[in-house]
Amino acid sequence: MAHADLISPATITDPQPLVIAGREFRSRLMVGTGKYGSNAQMVEAIEASGAEVVTVAVRRVDLDRGKDEGILHHLDPDHYFLLANTAGCYSAVDAVRYARLARAAGFNEWVKLEVIGDQQTLLPDAIGLLEATETLVDEGFKVLAYTNEDLVTALKLEDAGAVAVMPLASPIGSGLGMLNPYAIRTIKQRLSVPVIVDAGVGTASDACIVMEQGVDGILMNTGIAAAQDPVRMAAAMKAAVEAGRNAYLAGRMPRREVAVPSSPTTGMVGR
Amino acid sequence: MTRGSVVTETVADAVVITVNGDERRLPAGSTVADLLGSLDLDARTVVVERNRTILRDRSSFAKLELQGDDSIEIVHFVGGG
Repeated sequence: MAHADLISPATITDPQPLVIAGREFRSRLMVGTGKYGSNAQMVEAIEASGAEVVTVAVRRVDLDRGKDEGILHHLDPDHYFLLANTAGCYSAVDAVRYARLARAAGFNEWVKLEVIGDQQTLLPDAIGLLEATETLVDEGFKVLAYTNEDLVTALKLEDAGAVAVMPLASPIGSGLGMLNPYAIRTIKQRLSVPVIVDAGVGTASDACIVMEQGVDGILMNTGIAAAQDPVRMAAAMKAAVEAGRNAYLAGRMPRREVAVPSSPTTGMVGR
Repeated sequence: MTRGSVVTETVADAVVITVNGDERRLPAGSTVADLLGSLDLDARTVVVERNRTILRDRSSFAKLELQGDDSIEIVHFVGGG
């Protein structure tokens, strides 16, 4: 067997592509579209991230606008999978209303469901989230639920019919990285639906460590958009997600509290 | 009589509605399509909600007459995470 076979691209390809609700996606990195300096920068960063799923928000059209600010003037909906969020909603009723408005735009019936419970931390309201998930699943939505890193809530969301559960690494826009790897690992181990970590990733190493927990993907926005050079950071995040995924699949070496030499201990000169 | 008041309203020369939180005055008999036209909006790029009901059928916009006190929301997708 030629050694070239061992390092052929086939051996480093992800054996299982990300599949959510029966749909296969080409990247495990999902990105938001908010907070960029310009639309051109956003488009360039998203392209560099390699993401297929991009999130968008539903807002009133500014009727006194000088220019049209609709995001679809800049993003080709044939090239990206648009995932509408319910960001800014503080009750199940509001979140359901926003999800319905998003679906009426006519792209798909998927929603990244957010029901926020606290203005300062933007942490999710588990009770409202569960209620909204039940309603939307009944109405035929594919719900990806943004939630706390709490196993019991995650299990309930799965039971309620969420097609993916999205626990946070740390609060939205905080860039604090993953605060509770144990909780994220536990959720991944216990759920059958894909687990996509959403929010809190601040830099590439954060993304890598998240993926090393074995989760199915990451959604991020501020970590890219608020970098000094968002396009370069998007490229770094793409590499980090792939590196973390590969490291998880490779299976890391066990941690040891003592050193173990890498070089032979025999054949030393002069002994 | 109720019927009389309806007639008075429809013959008035203007209809006052709320659009995205602001009051707007349009010629009586204006339709949803007229409203979007007056705002220079393409119906295909927005979603319209009237009194909390989403108007899913865009082909109905030209037939749907606005009524006094209608509350209209016109939304679209913007950048978000």
